[in-house]
Amino acid sequence: MRTARTWAVALTGVDGHLVEIEADVSNQTPGFKIVGLPDKSLGEAVQRVHNAVTNAELKLTRRRLTVNLSPASLPKHGSGFDLGIAVSAVATSGALDAASIARTVHIGELGLDGRVRPVPGVLPAVFAAARAGFEQVVVPYANAAEARLVPGMQVRAATTLAEVAMWHGADVNVVDVEPVAAAAPVRAAEELLDLADVVGQEEAVDALITAAAGGHHLLMSGPPGAGKTMLARRLPGILPPLSEDAALEVAAIRSLAGAAVNALDDVPPLEAPHHSASAAALVGGGSRVASPGAIVRAHRGVLFLDEAAEFSRTALDALRQPLESGSIEIHRAGFQVRFPARFQLILATNPCPCGNYGVRGAECICPPIAIRRYGARLSGPLRDRIDIDLQVTRVSASRATSSERSELTTAVARGRVAAARRRAAERWAGTPWTLNAEVAGARLRHADLRLPVQVRAPLDRALERGQITLRGYDRVLRLAWTMADLAGADRPGPDELGRALFLKRGLIS
Amino acid sequence: MAAKDDLGRAGEDRAAAHLTAQGYAILDRNWRCRHGEIDIVAEAEHAVCIVEVKTRSGLGFGHPFDAVDDRKRDRLWRLAYAWARAHPDQVRGRMLRLDVIGITGADAATGLLEHLVDLR
Repeated sequence: MRTARTWAVALTGVDGHLVEIEADVSNQTPGFKIVGLPDKSLGEAVQRVHNAVTNAELKLTRRRLTVNLSPASLPKHGSGFDLGIAVSAVATSGALDAASIARTVHIGELGLDGRVRPVPGVLPAVFAAARAGFEQVVVPYANAAEARLVPGMQVRAATTLAEVAMWHGADVNVVDVEPVAAAAPVRAAEELLDLADVVGQEEAVDALITAAAGGHHLLMSGPPGAGKTMLARRLPGILPPLSEDAALEVAAIRSLAGAAVNALDDVPPLEAPHHSASAAALVGGGSRVASPGAIVRAHRGVLFLDEAAEFSRTALDALRQPLESGSIEIHRAGFQVRFPARFQLILATNPCPCGNYGVRGAECICPPIAIRRYGARLSGPLRDRIDIDLQVTRVSASRATSSERSELTTAVARGRVAAARRRAAERWAGTPWTLNAEVAGARLRHADLRLPVQVRAPLDRALERGQITLRGYDRVLRLAWTMADLAGADRPGPDELGRALFLKRGLIS
Repeated sequence: MAAKDDLGRAGEDRAAAHLTAQGYAILDRNWRCRHGEIDIVAEAEHAVCIVEVKTRSGLGFGHPFDAVDDRKRDRLWRLAYAWARAHPDQVRGRMLRLDVIGITGADAATGLLEHLVDLR
């Protein structure tokens, strides 16, 4: 046999494309060449495969070997093709069962000693293989748990190249060696953050629960030390656990970012980039390979921007498109990638550069122009996409020093959020929406959901006076519906609407 | 002469015998010019073959064919054209072809003989 073929996966973003690896021997002086748009690390596979095959005591042909990665026009990168290249190269001599390797997808990097090393992005790659109808995949031992998350896939965990060759029927001596271990999990178990630790901030906690129940974006402004960060960090805890599909999406992104994924984590992720982050750090980037940015890693979870006004304007405005569409497209000269980015945005900011503006008993030393400029750092279009505008005040001394914990624990809040979301999901059954924050404004103003005139009177008045825009009007309606869901009411009453209006416009002193 | 030269010489004899048995006619052997040396020039039906013979007693330093890299191939082509210029009456406009014969074994007469036809 002169040619052999097997399969591997090329990743662009979280989308995997099946790549056929063809190896062909021509009767020429020895040589080993890889064609089909390999990048540098893939081109170096020649050396790794050469040594790994020799050290696995397998035979590589003494003629010219050409390996083609097809489709040839698709750019390929990374060392995950090593195993497939080695298997197809060895198979040209007829040592391996051709039918067996042709129905198997091989993913893994090879060490010079012939051991199989872990690679990033195994989960999305195995997903792509499953979608393409493959049933058998060989992955590095260290990535096996990750690959097994894909249902209906027969996963074989490879320790060495010799072992893989043996599975495909090669007559080879398999030596027991220590498998290459996975990188230690980067995410240590997060310390338990309970909502009960937050004392004396009932309004803020209420707003946080409302945000969680309706999926509303939230802006918190207040002086330093008011507990903004403390509140935001507790949001993932009160969000309902991720569904299996969502958890898989999150795990795929984590795998792509190079983190070890061993089991599905149903806690929504929280990303809190530092305010020096660039637009590329937030949305993702890279000249040849697109790596997921903070908003992509926050997919199905929470993106928390502390000191939001300190972020660069371009970075903040880069959030506008993904906030609307739930995904981000990254375009570069050689490729374009689409990442999912459906996240809940939490912004925290000080009221002014010194942080004391509007705080009772404290003196603000900022000139008025500085305060205005500071507030304007968050552009109008961005503010317009935020449903809840919350003023957080400092906790008074008497409340802070009382030893009682608030009785509203994370578990209780999570229960309320889940119940509210269930009500919303029932109401929106048969529509593309599940959360109140996603619902189109026109739908809320439509006949059957329109609120009675006496209920919406304050809102209509605000619109007439030009205090809110029509978009703002819709946002207040969405908030009111979330309030009703939380209260267990069928539709919002004057009370809910009033509180919604209060949260949208912020605290008016 | 060193032992390796003896082995090389024996390998070339074996290769020439192999080519004759295959129906080639030997036109020239160990032809030298300032570019180097051609081991064997053989004549097939439609082509003139410049044959490089590599003999190795074992695989410890790689396969005989490993020794024919791009640089060596370029040099063989230069030699081939030099030979063709020197012997226009023997070429008679026929195609030039590069072959490599590799012999592996301590004894060139019994070692494994491999013949690569038409090197590109």
